[in-house]
Amino acid sequence: MSINDRVIAIIAEQAVLDPSDVTPESTLEDLGIDSLGLVESIFAIEEEFDISIPFNANEPSKSDFDISNVAAIVTGIEKLMSEKA
Amino acid sequence: MKRVVITGVGTINSLGHSVPETLEAMREGRCGIGELEFRDVDRLAIKIGGQVRGFEAKGRFNRQQMSLYDRFTQFTLAAAKEAITQSGLTFNGDLAARSGVVLGTAGGGVSTWDDNYRSVYEDGKNRVHPFVVPKLMNNAAASHLSMEYNLKGPSFTVSTACASSNHAMAQALAMVRSGMAPVIVTGGSESMLCFGGVKAWEGLRVMSKDACRPFSANRNGMVQGEGAGVFVFEEYEHAKARGADILCEVIGSAMSSDASDIVMPSKQGAARAISGALRDARLNPEDVAYINAHGTGTAANDKTECAAVADVFGKHADNLMISSTKSMHGHLIGGTGAVELLACIMALRDGVIAPTIGYEEPDPECALDVVPNEARQAKVDVALSNAFAFGGMNAVLALRKV
Repeated sequence: MSINDRVIAIIAEQAVLDPSDVTPESTLEDLGIDSLGLVESIFAIEEEFDISIPFNANEPSKSDFDISNVAAIVTGIEKLMSEKA
Repeated sequence: MKRVVITGVGTINSLGHSVPETLEAMREGRCGIGELEFRDVDRLAIKIGGQVRGFEAKGRFNRQQMSLYDRFTQFTLAAAKEAITQSGLTFNGDLAARSGVVLGTAGGGVSTWDDNYRSVYEDGKNRVHPFVVPKLMNNAAASHLSMEYNLKGPSFTVSTACASSNHAMAQALAMVRSGMAPVIVTGGSESMLCFGGVKAWEGLRVMSKDACRPFSANRNGMVQGEGAGVFVFEEYEHAKARGADILCEVIGSAMSSDASDIVMPSKQGAARAISGALRDARLNPEDVAYINAHGTGTAANDKTECAAVADVFGKHADNLMISSTKSMHGHLIGGTGAVELLACIMALRDGVIAPTIGYEEPDPECALDVVPNEARQAKVDVALSNAFAFGGMNAVLALRKV
């Protein structure tokens, strides 16, 4: 599975949706993921990709990790993975 | 001062997943204690306990709830559902704004601590699930109960080891009596039956390897249990006005502190709690027909408790019945007083006294009528429930038939 598909699978599970309902343009808000769901998604992504995401739940928008939509999350993960490699 | 009645009861414990199942097991003197089943149990010296079996959280709770509910919260919600359904109450408007939740637990989310310590220490992981803290906190069960039923008044968790539930219910009584709240959902819950939970208790060397035999001369210690008991404490006029089925009245309570030793019980401390409850309920000793004992099955507790009862009741101590249902469901630690209150309610409503099972040899230091091995029919108008905790904190409740 591509990074994109794996992220979509995680987010779809969190949103209790079918992966086909999650698109790169979807925002977490669109998908009905609240703040707890966001923290849980970040955790699941860290576990899935074995990375550490610079995310502070106090100020999600000021974190060094863009969560504005699914595509941005995927880009952020790719960057973290390339830094790790 | 307002009168306080119980209009709903619920439980889950090793004897049953509901009040009817539990009371049937108590009537039949059935034992819910057996071989423990969980990871690493082979590394324990103590391998028995009153474990809740056949309880599937999946299906009962959704995925999000599962990630937030420790087993002690799951037990609480299962018991609360039974109790609040029976009460017939729904919480809206002013009733919701003023009603609350007061629950007891000694350890809170013990298996959440255990699982996550194992993960970071033993498995060397450097990341834990984001909900570890809200899952393990001692007030998690009370919080989820308040959220589930829209209880917006005073809510909190009481933690006094083995007396937690009784302290919680004594507090609930005080709050409804005073008019602070028309309804308090109360009781307690515990789930310590995991490797770390039992290992910690093992360290004290007070656990039995084979059975809980309260008051029996050959008793050799306590046996842990798990589960929850939840009660709807409601102001009498409120219950009457809505035509509720009133199960019994909570007529008094007392709390005392031994102020002496962190683990050894004190006869004086226990006696002060018992006599305090009689005074609070305006009872004469002769009014009490049944006491649900703390009766842990340890050498120290049982003889101290019997001596305290003898001191408070004098001659009447020989006429009353005192049994320990821990022999059947084990010691639910912070949840124990809640499950044990069910035996008092059965005595008042059904005239059935739950037995002390596993009783094999009389002990001259426990020479009271402990209702050995078989349940008994008897008319009971007033019952007491004792709880005497580590740390010397005691709480006794008094109930009356209505």
